[in-house]
Amino acid sequence: MNNIQILLSAESLNISSCIDWIMSPESGGIDVFIGTVRNATKGKAVLKLDFEAYEPMALSEMEKIAQQAFAKWPVQKVLIHHRTGALQVGEVPVVIAVSAAHRDAAFDACRYIIDTLKQTVPIWKKEAFEDGEVWVAAHP
Amino acid sequence: MKINVLAFGVAKEIFESSQVSLELTNDATIYNLKYLLEQQYPRLKQLASYMIAVNNEYALPGDTIHERDEIAIIPPVSGG
Repeated sequence: MNNIQILLSAESLNISSCIDWIMSPESGGIDVFIGTVRNATKGKAVLKLDFEAYEPMALSEMEKIAQQAFAKWPVQKVLIHHRTGALQVGEVPVVIAVSAAHRDAAFDACRYIIDTLKQTVPIWKKEAFEDGEVWVAAHP
Repeated sequence: MKINVLAFGVAKEIFESSQVSLELTNDATIYNLKYLLEQQYPRLKQLASYMIAVNNEYALPGDTIHERDEIAIIPPVSGG
């Protein structure tokens, strides 16, 4: 569908081109979620994050989530971009953008997409601290 | 039958490889595969959870594995 744009990229995500793509004359509201690399986890300084993806499955799971957003809310366009590779503090691992005629659908769908992505899309991040590295959520 | 299991994230460190090769019976299920993997790599049991994907879809414990399926171990995901 040309109203869904999915991307996994080893290069920096371009936020303004995401917004350019999602804009349309039919839209009355656009919701954009930008995930950023935070400088600490539970009080410990984070040096960088490494993202790894099972790429074909990650793309198909991202596509499924976008389709679910269309099934659940009257949205017009959905964009999901995710990074792979090493990211420094302040860099952007994920951008979600949703357009709709009215804001409620855009807000609700955007929240659903990021929450579901974190639960189902096969992407993993390793946090690097000064004293070692940890795969996030791997162990209880 | 011989199958390959792709590994990502922490599973790649547990396998010390991005894929491992296993011998399964012809009617083996996901449940059988997980049992065998946990015998060979006991550290899998320390994970919060993990799933198996077959041909890029999450599989259920009773699903049957076929030769030439693309099989992957999916440790807890943490994208976003």
